[in-house]
Amino acid sequence: MRLTARSFAVLVVLAILAVVPAISAWTEVPFWTDFARRMMILSIGALSLNLLMGYGGMISFGHAVYIGLGAYTVGICAFHGVTDGFVQLAIALVVSALVALVFGAISLRTRGVYFIMITLALAQMVFYLGVGLEKYGGDDGLPINRSSDFAGLINLKDSVPFYYLTFALLLLALLFVQRLVNSRFGMVIQGIRSNEARMQALGHPTLRYRLTAFVIAGMMAGLAGVLLANHTNFANPEMMHWTRSGDLIVMVLLGGMGTVAGPVIGTVVYLALEEFLAGFTEYWQLIIGPFLVLVVLFARGGLLGFLPDGRGPHGSKRDG
Amino acid sequence: MGTLVVEQLFNGIQLGILLFLLAAGLTLIFGIMDLMNLAHGSLYMLGAYVSATVARWSGSFIVGLVVALPAILLLGVLLESTVLRRLYRRGHLDQVLATFGLILFFNELVRFVWGPAGVEVQLPAILNGTLRLWGANFPVYRLVVMGVGLAVAGFLYVLVVKTRIGMLIRAGASNREMVGALGVDIARVFALVFGLGAALAALAGALAGPIYAVSIGMGENILIQTFVVIVIGGIGSIRGAFVGALTIGVIDIMGRSFLKDIFALILPPAAAETAAPAVASMLIYILMVVVLSFRPQGLFPARTG
Repeated sequence: MRLTARSFAVLVVLAILAVVPAISAWTEVPFWTDFARRMMILSIGALSLNLLMGYGGMISFGHAVYIGLGAYTVGICAFHGVTDGFVQLAIALVVSALVALVFGAISLRTRGVYFIMITLALAQMVFYLGVGLEKYGGDDGLPINRSSDFAGLINLKDSVPFYYLTFALLLLALLFVQRLVNSRFGMVIQGIRSNEARMQALGHPTLRYRLTAFVIAGMMAGLAGVLLANHTNFANPEMMHWTRSGDLIVMVLLGGMGTVAGPVIGTVVYLALEEFLAGFTEYWQLIIGPFLVLVVLFARGGLLGFLPDGRGPHGSKRDG
Repeated sequence: MGTLVVEQLFNGIQLGILLFLLAAGLTLIFGIMDLMNLAHGSLYMLGAYVSATVARWSGSFIVGLVVALPAILLLGVLLESTVLRRLYRRGHLDQVLATFGLILFFNELVRFVWGPAGVEVQLPAILNGTLRLWGANFPVYRLVVMGVGLAVAGFLYVLVVKTRIGMLIRAGASNREMVGALGVDIARVFALVFGLGAALAALAGALAGPIYAVSIGMGENILIQTFVVIVIGGIGSIRGAFVGALTIGVIDIMGRSFLKDIFALILPPAAAETAAPAVASMLIYILMVVVLSFRPQGLFPARTG
């Protein structure tokens, strides 16, 4: 990694995240650890969405569903007395992969606004399914009394070890994305974003590549959902509400779409901004709404886009 | 049972008409400006709030309507000329993000002005009764809503198919650069279409007020249903919006009313009891998936290429 302004900013953020529990303990404000952990969990979700949006040019407006599926897996497993974390994780990954496979197969046949609206509608469908599941709490959601149990290796009720587990998974996710987008697979995906017909002419089965990316992203978000369920001790339909999917899009765009670590920066900044504004006024969305409009109009590359990365401007606005 | 089916069919058509009012504007805005406007639901919500409030002050539902429509039309034109106009040439992603920001803003604005509780709308006595036909009861107000909706559909049909401005709208939908090159002030056509769409959304909101709750977030739920309508109908097609809206309205209401009974025929009662509400709320999305797997561009594709 060359140390450009961009990677320096990312390293600073990661370094701060690494010492948050220490700061938290020193200032005796446990909230910071909790808050930063939520940032990191949602960062993993945003990283996965960035694979689709930033590299694949697929604007999924229903990505929060996979986080919800992960969370509900933990919740429903725990509800039936299955608290083995490895089992829960395996089920969550399989479920989110399968749902992503089906939803991808349906939505990837379409382009542009159709793709955006179909992913949104499919997500809404799962949202209503969650609301309709009276047995698992319906609208009110499902409290999770027992955390996932990873064979006694780590206690997720214990704030700090859970924090560093999340931190490690975030680093792994970053590394994974970095490797993936620079692999042959990543190159093909980016090629399809730029010119699908050409990639087809070169002999790449483009739909299969896009679908694979869709499934990978769904599974990563499912992982984030497993963490989120253990973080909040709760699974509810709200996690899959379409505004949560919108939030994920905001996080990706704010940080810089199509940059490896951009979504992490975006998530951290967006959540921090939310928290700051919410402490300042009850009506914080009056400020954040116009802020988003201004970001779109005037800061097109996201926050990382302001920092030079040693290459030319990056990212494409093609979609669908 | 028979009269219940008739009554629910009627309610379904009425919901469809309401959806059409939203879908018509949204599909035109999509089709012509290529703008993904999530804030369309906010205009619907504001229409409902403004009309309900004015109706309360003035004591007249009609006055509420008469004030709300031009007010939201103006707001629409203002939005178009300040923010949305800059987004036409951007990708859909930028449009999604900016209009998502607008939704957050408007929802919070409504919460700030009107408070978190909804607003109740009183109907004039004359609209409050029910009409008894063929052994079934039809609320007069819902009949009025249907009448207004059908009148708007007729007006839009004449406007789009028979008038010069409609010709420009259709031409703009198929090739806006060419229309501009032929010397038409396309920006004015855009502003007009946007204002029209905003007024229709406000009309839908004002009409919906007495039937459904006037509350924050009312715009988003119906917005997503409206998306389903125009995806099924084909983006840019008024006819598609009409057919799609009625289909979705009827299927949604019928599903919610009768799916439990249908499921009970094939499933044990307990399972039917749990499955029916969940499946009923998923029904329109399933329909959308089915339609799209046969016709990826919707039933009435308006644009080629």
